This record gives sequence, structure tokens and C-alpha cells, in this order.
Amino acid sequence: MASGTVTSSEYISHHLTNLTFGNHPEAGWKLAESAGEAAAMGFWAINVDTMLWSVGLGVFFLWFFGKVAKTATAGVPGSTQNFIETIIEFVDDNVKSIFHYKSPVIAPLALTIFVWVFLMNAMDLVPVDWLPYIAGQMGIEFMKVVPTTDVNATGGMALSVFALIVYYSIKQKGVNGFFKELAFQPLPKIFMPFNLFLEIVGLIAKPVSLALRLFGNMYAGEMIFILIALLPFWIQWLLSVPWAIFHILIITLQAFIFMVLTIVYLAMAHDDH
Amino acid sequence: MNINLTIIGQAIAFFFFVVFCMKYVWPPITGALAERKKKIAEGLDAADRATRDLHLAQEKATANMRESKLEAAAIIEQANKRASQIVDEAKEQARAEADRVKVAAQAEIEQDVNRAKEALRSQVAALVVAGAEKILETSIDEKAHAQLLNKLATEL
Repeated sequence: MASGTVTSSEYISHHLTNLTFGNHPEAGWKLAESAGEAAAMGFWAINVDTMLWSVGLGVFFLWFFGKVAKTATAGVPGSTQNFIETIIEFVDDNVKSIFHYKSPVIAPLALTIFVWVFLMNAMDLVPVDWLPYIAGQMGIEFMKVVPTTDVNATGGMALSVFALIVYYSIKQKGVNGFFKELAFQPLPKIFMPFNLFLEIVGLIAKPVSLALRLFGNMYAGEMIFILIALLPFWIQWLLSVPWAIFHILIITLQAFIFMVLTIVYLAMAHDDH
Repeated sequence: MNINLTIIGQAIAFFFFVVFCMKYVWPPITGALAERKKKIAEGLDAADRATRDLHLAQEKATANMRESKLEAAAIIEQANKRASQIVDEAKEQARAEADRVKVAAQAEIEQDVNRAKEALRSQVAALVVAGAEKILETSIDEKAHAQLLNKLATEL
């Protein structure tokens, strides 16, 4: 959609701006009309597009899986149930091979992460201009349809995983045990401050890396789609088709990585050192 | 790319999704999977058992058949023996009957011969008397010569 009235940089920054609703220091509560306005709103703002798309996809995921779960039969499964079972068994196998404790939470958590992240990533395959154009026709200025290209979406999940890491560490080892794990290794006790610093950095790095890995991958992928969209329309397919095919791998892989790392971190939280 | 309230909103949404998944998605499907696994295991077990039963039945059938064959052979042998015995008995009986018939016939013949002799004897006397009467042309006193004639007849 590289039309004459919009410069390339305007086009790119338009596609990278969320639809933000927040408290502007001067104008009060309103939808941001530019990236600058959105930035000025600071923390007290919400990315409406990210929320809508991610919650919508999450609801779709649970509706679809829930519908199958309600009619799940131990007899001969239908093709839909077969498909769902394949995903569930895949997730279950991964959880069982990594996480050796009994927990009713980890496996459903892993499934939710895998499918939800996959669906959010998959929005990347919708041509970059379609949904923003439709939204534009409806009078909505900004529309970022891939929630995982918003660091808030990946960060929200990573933060939840971090909370679970801390929760399970304390639940399994007690506050003292958790503190000992942070303070008394890898070096002997006398190096406690150094140990503490090292381990806390390691601990914080887990959710940060989790959030930024997914965000970075999807953001970069989206960016390339946007750049390809700047080319003349008759040559775009030459680049966008191979990139989209490659991206099918990326979106699945990133969803898988997020899931596996979550399981690994929670397994580590259960392990006693 | 600003960090804002969305991060909290996402965390809340994530929490609810996980809870829903934990309550309504995961248990029924894994339950169905486990149940199917059990069913399949039971089915395989049943198949194994059936195969074993079949083998046993086949063995039993073969044994039965062998036994029956032996029994049948014994029965046939016995029957043959009995048959030859019957034949022998019949032969024996027939021979005895034949002997008996022969003896009876012989006795009858003898009796007939005797009877014929007797008749002849009685008639010979009359004939002799008649002949003598004719020869002598005289009446012979029958009473006087009867003793002599009878003596003659017995000598025949």
C-alpha cells in the first residue's frame, strides 16, 4: 500500500503503532492519534488492538478445544478430535519428558501457551494490509493484528510464568530453601552477595528472555513483511511467498520454544539443588 | 512499543485462559485418551486370550479326533471279529443242521426201505402162495402152511 501520499517511513511507523487508549497528560482519556501521543500516555494506557486480537484468539482456542473436549469420546475419534488429540499428546509428551513432578497445572499451561502463542503468531500470515485497511475504512486509525509483535503481550505471559516460577520455588523449597538456592551457590557461603547478584540476574533473565525472544522474532518477521509490502505490487509475491512459508516454521517454532522453556523453568523451580 | 497496562491485561487474560484450559479442556481429553488406551489394552488382551483359547480348543479337538479314530478302529475290529464269529457259528450250525438232516434222511430212507421190505415180505408171501396155488392147482391149506411161509418171508 505504498501510495503516493504516504512516505515509506510513515507507512512503516503507522504499521508498527498500536491502537492505544490511555490517559494523555494534556488531552485526558482518549485513543492516541499518533505514536508520539501513545508514548506520552506512559504506563496508564492500553493497547486495544493487542488486547482484542489476543483475547479473541484465546477465546477461539478455548471455544474450539472446549467444544471437542465436551464431546470427547474414548471410542473412535472424529477427525476434529483426532486433530486436537494430536496436539494434546504432543504437548503432554513434551511435559512428561521434561517435567517429572505431579502437577495439574503445568500441562494445561503448556497447552495454552503453545496454542495461544501459535494462533497469535499465525496472524502474521494474514497479509499486512488487509486488516489495518478494513479497520481504516471503519475509522480506526491504527491496527496491529499480531499481538506477539507487542512486547506487552509476550511480557504479560512471561510475567505470569515468572510469578509461577517464584510461587513453585517457594512452595517446593520454602522461603528459606529458595533463598538458599539464590544465595549459597554456585560459590561458597562467604560470597553470598556475589551469589545473590548472580542468581537474581539469572532469575530475572528467564522472563525477560522469554518475552523478548518471542517479541523480537515476531517483530522482525512482521517488519520484513512490511518492507516487502513497500515493493511494487507485482514483485511482492516473489519475496513474501518464500518469507511466509519460512514464517510458518518460525511461528510454530517460537510457540514451541516458549512452551518448552516454560516447562523447563517450572521444572527447575521444582528441582531441589 | 511502550510498556503499559496491556502487560497486566495480558497476564490477566492468560491467567483465565489457563484456568479454563485446566478445568474444561485438558481433563476430558486426556481422560478420553487414557480410557481409549485402557480399552485398546483390554482389546489386545482379549485377542491374546482368544488366540490362546483357540489353540487349546484346536489341540483338544485333535486329541478328541485321535481318540475317536482309535475308538472307531477298535469298534470296527470288534465288529469284524464278531462277524467272523457269527459266520463261523452259522457255518457250524449249518453243518450240524446238515448232519442232522442227513441222519434224519438216512433214517427215513432206512425206514422206507424197511417198510418196503415189510410190504414186499407180506406181499411175497401172498404171491408165493398164489404162485404155489397156481402151480399145484390145488388148494393148499393156508393155515397148515402159513407158519412155513412166514418163516420163508422173514428170511427174505
